Amino acid sequence: MSALQGGFANPPHDAAHAFRAAMGAMARPGTIHTVAGALPPAPLSLAAGVLILTLCDPETPLFLAPSHDRPDLRAWITFHTGAPFAAAADCTFAVGTWDALLPLSAYRIGTPEYPDRSATLIVEVPDLHAPGTRLTGPGIRHTAHLPLPEPTALAANAALFPLGFDLFLTCGAELAALPRSTRIG
Amino acid sequence: MDGGIPIVDSHDRHDRQEWLGLLARAPAGRLVALCLASGIGAQFDWLRRPEIGTVMLRGRAGGTGAPFNLGEMTVTRATVQLVAGPVGHGHVQGRDKEAAEWAAVVDALMQTDRAPAIRVAVLEPLAAQMAAMAQSRAEKAAATRVEFFTLVRGEDR
Repeated sequence: MSALQGGFANPPHDAAHAFRAAMGAMARPGTIHTVAGALPPAPLSLAAGVLILTLCDPETPLFLAPSHDRPDLRAWITFHTGAPFAAAADCTFAVGTWDALLPLSAYRIGTPEYPDRSATLIVEVPDLHAPGTRLTGPGIRHTAHLPLPEPTALAANAALFPLGFDLFLTCGAELAALPRSTRIG
Repeated sequence: MDGGIPIVDSHDRHDRQEWLGLLARAPAGRLVALCLASGIGAQFDWLRRPEIGTVMLRGRAGGTGAPFNLGEMTVTRATVQLVAGPVGHGHVQGRDKEAAEWAAVVDALMQTDRAPAIRVAVLEPLAAQMAAMAQSRAEKAAATRVEFFTLVRGEDR
């Protein structure tokens, strides 16, 4: 199979469904959404591939963490999205495993005038259904739970609100999100 | 299926730029007609189905001034992969999806051993026709050129 295959078969339709899932995940932290439509080259998971196809374009610099920085994957992302590759400090989106994405201090957290000028991390995790950390805050009726990679670091990020980065967690075809507004623990 | 974009040296790249440019500028309908008439064809998979978008055209006043944005132009692009492996990209002016598909197929076939046949069947007639159009336009413009000259006037005698 060539490195360029595995994009959306019907881009407007597939991207709309994927965007709906991404928006739902961000609006209701802790919920798990299943997506479909992309077959990215290894080691990118299906859900992370769908997020990149849906959210990235030539105006969103992307950081590939060392765990995911492969020529095949670069070619695939360039062909399907045109997103430029950037260092962690300049990126709008970052993809990788948690350990490869560290240190968190590298990512943009926005400015008080423009808190939206921050990074969104797409973290590949081994499991989304494990019993996890307790979450509360906007979009969560009582409490929600997600297996977070490093709750204390993410709690520190949430404390920066309205600054901070946002997180997507992906595993296989499933994704969940942790916006900076969610209180952890 | 294996393969991908073959590694090309700078000479090949120049060649490829030339034929991609030719396919992109081809008059509407002419590319499709030539491809159908010559009976070329190949089995391929879509990597990107034809999609219509715009590109910004940039110009320079007099060819040397500061670049400025002239305006946007409609283009259609498509990408195919032959069963044998080569990947072809097609970008054509206008909204003709069929032309974009053929441009991509021709680009892919030009990277195979069928290249000489494709060159004779499609690229050369297309280049000849476009050269003829440019020539006839230049001739029409030349026919209306006004030559300014001054008659000798009486008081100079």
